[in-house]
Amino acid sequence: MRLLLSGKAKCNSHGQDSSYFLGLQAYEKNPYDQTRNPQGIIQMGLAENQLSLDLVESWLSENQDVAGFKSDGESIFRELALFQDYHGLPAFKKALVQFMAEIRGNKVSFDPKKIVLTAGATSANETLVFCLAKAGDTILIPTPYYPGFDRDLKWRTGAEIVPIHCTSSNDFKITARALQQAYQEAQNCNLKVKGVLVTNPSNPLGTTMTRAELDLLMDFIVEKQIHLVCDEIYSGTVFGSPNYTSIVEVLSKYEKAEVWDRVHVVYSLSKDLGLPGFRVGAIYTNNGSIIAAATKMSSFGLVSSQTQYFLSMLLSDKKFTRNYISENKKRLEKRHASLISGLQNAGISCLKSNAGLFSWVDMRHLLSSSTFEAEMELWEKIVYDVKLNISPGSSCHCSEPGWFRVCFANMAEETLEIAIRRIKAFVDV
Amino acid sequence: MVTKQGLSNLTVIPFRDIFLPNLRRKPDQNYKKSRRTRKNEKNPYDQTRNPQGIIQMGLAENQLSLDLVESWLSENQDVAGFKSNGESIFRELELFQDYHGLPAFKKALVQFMAEIRGNKVSFDPKKIVLTAGATSANETLVFCLAKAGDTILIPTPYYPGFDRDLKWRTGAEIVPIHCTSSNDFKITARALQQAYQEAQNCNLKVKGVLVTNPSNPLGTTMTRAELDLLMDFIVEKQIHLVCDEIYSGNVFGSPNYTSIVEVLSKYEKAEVWDRVHVVYSLSKDLGLPGFRVGAIYTNNGSIIAAATKMSSFGLVSSQTQYFLSMLLSDKKFTRNYISENKKRLEKRHASLISGLQNAGISCLKSNAGLFSWVDMRHLLSSSTFEAEMELWDKIVYDVKLNISPGSSCHCSEPGWFRVCFANMAEETLEIAIRRIKAFVDVGIYGSVCLM
Repeated sequence: MRLLLSGKAKCNSHGQDSSYFLGLQAYEKNPYDQTRNPQGIIQMGLAENQLSLDLVESWLSENQDVAGFKSDGESIFRELALFQDYHGLPAFKKALVQFMAEIRGNKVSFDPKKIVLTAGATSANETLVFCLAKAGDTILIPTPYYPGFDRDLKWRTGAEIVPIHCTSSNDFKITARALQQAYQEAQNCNLKVKGVLVTNPSNPLGTTMTRAELDLLMDFIVEKQIHLVCDEIYSGTVFGSPNYTSIVEVLSKYEKAEVWDRVHVVYSLSKDLGLPGFRVGAIYTNNGSIIAAATKMSSFGLVSSQTQYFLSMLLSDKKFTRNYISENKKRLEKRHASLISGLQNAGISCLKSNAGLFSWVDMRHLLSSSTFEAEMELWEKIVYDVKLNISPGSSCHCSEPGWFRVCFANMAEETLEIAIRRIKAFVDV
Repeated sequence: MVTKQGLSNLTVIPFRDIFLPNLRRKPDQNYKKSRRTRKNEKNPYDQTRNPQGIIQMGLAENQLSLDLVESWLSENQDVAGFKSNGESIFRELELFQDYHGLPAFKKALVQFMAEIRGNKVSFDPKKIVLTAGATSANETLVFCLAKAGDTILIPTPYYPGFDRDLKWRTGAEIVPIHCTSSNDFKITARALQQAYQEAQNCNLKVKGVLVTNPSNPLGTTMTRAELDLLMDFIVEKQIHLVCDEIYSGNVFGSPNYTSIVEVLSKYEKAEVWDRVHVVYSLSKDLGLPGFRVGAIYTNNGSIIAAATKMSSFGLVSSQTQYFLSMLLSDKKFTRNYISENKKRLEKRHASLISGLQNAGISCLKSNAGLFSWVDMRHLLSSSTFEAEMELWDKIVYDVKLNISPGSSCHCSEPGWFRVCFANMAEETLEIAIRRIKAFVDVGIYGSVCLM
């Protein structure tokens, strides 16, 4: 067809030809089902939290009125139907920031005036890049990272990503050297670096950053006078030690400093509460200009007022949130323990982790050679022969072949057991 | 405190600088307007608590038929409670984030869109892409069609939000197609060619034309002749046509509405078939702007593919998709709603125009939308935009009616105002009409010159 679409419509920087997405497609063609398709592919490539949905369902069954647009027995349907203010429903923002504080053990508090609601973290991340970078500018991101960033941060913004290479030699922690090397690499390509973006807890590693790493990042962005975006989407999925340190805690000591408004947090209810369908994300920042610009940009992806109201009531229920946070943690820990002991039993180790909905699994010893081609061969075997959809490290830009992200919270316990048996059988052969 | 260094690291364009039209307007006027708009919000009319406050007539909302949706809700509480046939489907919905959209919702939505068009056309659910409102749909289409610096031609007057929605993050430009009162603001072949030429003179590559039909702010529906003209033009120039049909369910009078989709049917084998795209939303017809439901409809497979992925940045909440899939699948509801909504709009529109007529003020003859395009040229002290701003100031602060001046819609002639009629109670509209009459009777300078 001769025309006439923009480069964006035609190009592939939406990143959806990567193996991450191909694996999802393979699963959709042959999905495991306990009764209807027990030989199908088990989905272990989707970072969803299905472990604690029953808690939300219980709350719903006791609060049907809320779903029915009622407040104190009165219908507020009209008000909600007409509510499209991009400043967001005040009651929802208030409940959301309180939930964010509770997740962080109330060690910090958040100001509802500094939060901008967006249609998911996908929208929040893109919006921040639109605010911080112009086409051709660069964001530095530690590898391995969430494959979706290639689309979310680069596609429509025209920004570039330069990786901060992290390796297994030190459990993939960020080092000062790696930061400087990435910055230098960007400069060598004549790319202006506008900031660093990290995910903490990490996807795909499942680890939380140490205080030392966070301080390192702060020193780096102070030195380079750039921004820091912390995607804390998994902050409510920390199930083990060490305790979680949010960047917001670290930032408190920089209150009078210049860097105070160059640190921005992204959040979402998709992972902690397991509600990806409701499209609830947020940007939190001290930077008034970004709050103003991002608020207006949120016009392109507002949260449905119906959903804002429902969730404002859910999250205002402190009995619910307290119980949810604690119970969710326990279930994640248990499920994580099942996976890693099952893998251990098959002679497969994982990076020691304490958060997230996945494990970072070391299958280097199963490669025919230490190459990405060998990783792809192994991945294909695992998807099509062992019938487990897991994500190869290369799709996450890992610099070492042989690592895979394996999700554990998006299936029934029995299904995980079957998956573990399949891996054992594969390895034993 | 944001330092200069910190600010210079921000590449976001200050909102007011991009919200201002970059065509033949003094930046100061519109900047002052946006400051005054903020002041308006501090003195809102309320029947009991603030009867002397400013009546909001600048918001194109449809509040006339919400009771019909409320009734449906009260009879279908289960649906709002995430139930389907008595069973909870909460889990499935909260996990559902597929950017292809809830199939049941897309099916119900396209059927509703067909019903609005008298079932003269039908829509294929596989060709619709859901977005978080028409705001998102329009921006997404421009991302698909244009790169930074490319141009979209839009007939004036047009919805002020387009300056942000179509240009801000995309970097695209808008060049106006000037329409005038000499022919009731209809699009002419000459105006199209002139706009195209203007773009070329500025070295701007034209990627398409975007029209709103029914028109905002005119409230008129395009004639078949205009639609054919547009098709001829885009065929000749080999460019795209985007038709924002967000008000298609708000046609209350004759002539009957002709959607571009009807016109397009005769081009099925032609090259232009996949260069025409429709935008829709439930914000105006159903009066549900808070739910953020928009859509792109197109035959163009590449755009469907790209826009679907782009919709990741603004998906519709699954909770809302489910609720509305049930609402719109109820044919008894939709049939009654479409017909009753039309009657109420017609009645309300008639009240406004007869009230204005009684005050010696005429309106552009219109048959759709939630507003009238009001002719106050005779009330201007001079035929200038400065005089329009003076008059507008008086109407907002002295008459206490917030209406939208034509200059904010890029109208090329001073003296026209958009006045909304569907976002208030009937009594409130009557009060507004009385205020205008009192203002006109006193004379434009009357209240100012009194000792």
